[in-house]
Amino acid sequence: MSLERSLRGLALGDFAFRAITLLFAFLVLLLLAGIIIMLVQGAMPAFKAFGWDFITNETWDPVRDDYGAWAPIVGTVVAALIAMLIGLPLSFGISIFITEMAPQWLKRPVGTAVELLAAVPSIIYGMWGLFFFAPFFAKHVQPLLVASLGDVPLLGALFQMPITGGSSGVSVLTAGIVLAIMIVPFMAAVMRDVFEVVPSVLRESAYGMGATTWEVIRNVVLPYTKVGVVGGIMLGLGRALGETMAVTFVIGNASKLPTSLLEPGNTIAAKLANEFNEADGLQMDALIAMGLILFAITFVVLLLSKLLLMRLTLTQEGQKT
Amino acid sequence: MSTATLQGSVNFDVSAAVGASMTAGHALTEKVDGIRHVENPKLSLRKLNFFYGKFQGLYDINMNIPACQVTALIGPSGCGKSTLLRTLNRIYDLYPGQRAEGEIIMDGCNLLEKGRDVNLLRAKIGMVFQKPTPFPMSIYDNIAFGVKLYEKLSKAQMDERVEWALRKAALWDEVKDKLKQSGTALSGGQQQRLCIARSIAVKPEVILFDEPTSALDPISTLKIEELINELKTEFTVVIVTHNMQQAARVSDYTAFMYLGRLVEYDHTSIIFTKPGKKETEDYITGRFG
Repeated sequence: MSLERSLRGLALGDFAFRAITLLFAFLVLLLLAGIIIMLVQGAMPAFKAFGWDFITNETWDPVRDDYGAWAPIVGTVVAALIAMLIGLPLSFGISIFITEMAPQWLKRPVGTAVELLAAVPSIIYGMWGLFFFAPFFAKHVQPLLVASLGDVPLLGALFQMPITGGSSGVSVLTAGIVLAIMIVPFMAAVMRDVFEVVPSVLRESAYGMGATTWEVIRNVVLPYTKVGVVGGIMLGLGRALGETMAVTFVIGNASKLPTSLLEPGNTIAAKLANEFNEADGLQMDALIAMGLILFAITFVVLLLSKLLLMRLTLTQEGQKT
Repeated sequence: MSTATLQGSVNFDVSAAVGASMTAGHALTEKVDGIRHVENPKLSLRKLNFFYGKFQGLYDINMNIPACQVTALIGPSGCGKSTLLRTLNRIYDLYPGQRAEGEIIMDGCNLLEKGRDVNLLRAKIGMVFQKPTPFPMSIYDNIAFGVKLYEKLSKAQMDERVEWALRKAALWDEVKDKLKQSGTALSGGQQQRLCIARSIAVKPEVILFDEPTSALDPISTLKIEELINELKTEFTVVIVTHNMQQAARVSDYTAFMYLGRLVEYDHTSIIFTKPGKKETEDYITGRFG
């Protein structure tokens, strides 16, 4: 009798637990749906007023109530791209070093340092970027870049000294570099964790064939961990696209579309942070519409990464039946 | 302890000993303190000690591993047989804190010397592990992987090499129609033969087996044992096994190890019929281990 009762109690507990976790899971979906609905609703007036031109329009003129999102969109994507270009090899190198090459006594200090860097608030990076890095960049790196790359055909256009002289150092490139520094700890930490799950026998058998560290990493470790690695990259890219505070400090917040990487620009997140307080009417709608666009960009990036993973799996397994 | 040699005199001059044994046919070489002397060794271990940090895993191992024969390492768990195997291709180098002292001579060179190209060494001394470890790539690429590291072959030559290795490993007929499939999709026994094919493909001189059949069913085990028998016509084979019947079936020489020491080393037939040491006898008759 009592056994039966306690069993029923267990079943009830199971049911309750199931119901609660289900509720939590649905809460996430509900939140997401709520955010999307609010964004779409708020963005409607802007899209009604400007149509699809809103996306490709370069001007942002509160006086004439003429708004377009092109400059911040370009700024967002370019800054994130620069960040990935610099940050990806760096974090890859860090995680490989920690898992494959570092002597035992160095593993922990470097690993902990990476985790600590990931915990630094973004405003600190912003302040550091504005007060130290940007002036340093303007004084030492910028002239060098202009002198060396400025005359290269095609590429040179990206490295022209801005009309203002660029003495403050705030620019799209500066923002990209600061972003890179911010996302490296994230990506490196994730990749390190993923690399560490590769079974040691697998690693040993690759080394046992006479493969060098690089060959083992390229042919065995990376294929084995590709899902996790792409996940780590996406985490970094997502942060680079959405990062607000640090970028606001160092990108210069210009409403004009920059033609050179050394000119000040803007990103969607930075623009929202700067103008949300004082905006109303159509300007507010336009800002919310940009928020929706940022959301869409992130979503597309996520989608692309999933497609990439599917292709990787397919090519690896060949015509698996 | 020492079995009488037909040569009579104790002879340390290698060239003289080789000549002598040739004229004497099936003469038994001398046996000192349980260790049979092997002439014409492929690998020669001299005063080999091994350390896991402060813990010593091997004590003063002296033995000659014969060329183109199968040498089995047996002994209870923790006796150091896997450790010994792992020193032979210096795979322990991957782990800081593990080190070996002494000498392992192959073709006149000490493998343990600092500054040796361990990658080249491992291409010459292949290894097959307890659990099958196919790489996350197609069957074809699993074989081609190691070959590509050292040789530049045309597509046709590579195809030929892959087929050769798979045939040697008795796997060709089972996989020839699905070479582009993932190696991880094969059965356990097939995966293990794939790993053996992968090791053969780089044409090593020595192949080390670390309990290659302990995770396999009896049929796959049989296939791999037959394979090892085939392999010794071209390669020097060293195998660690928990299974004494297996050692008796596949090996020509057997080394019995206990607590990090080499207790006895002799022809397999002698070890299993009239062992020279009490510990060996106790172990092979199942009194401990």
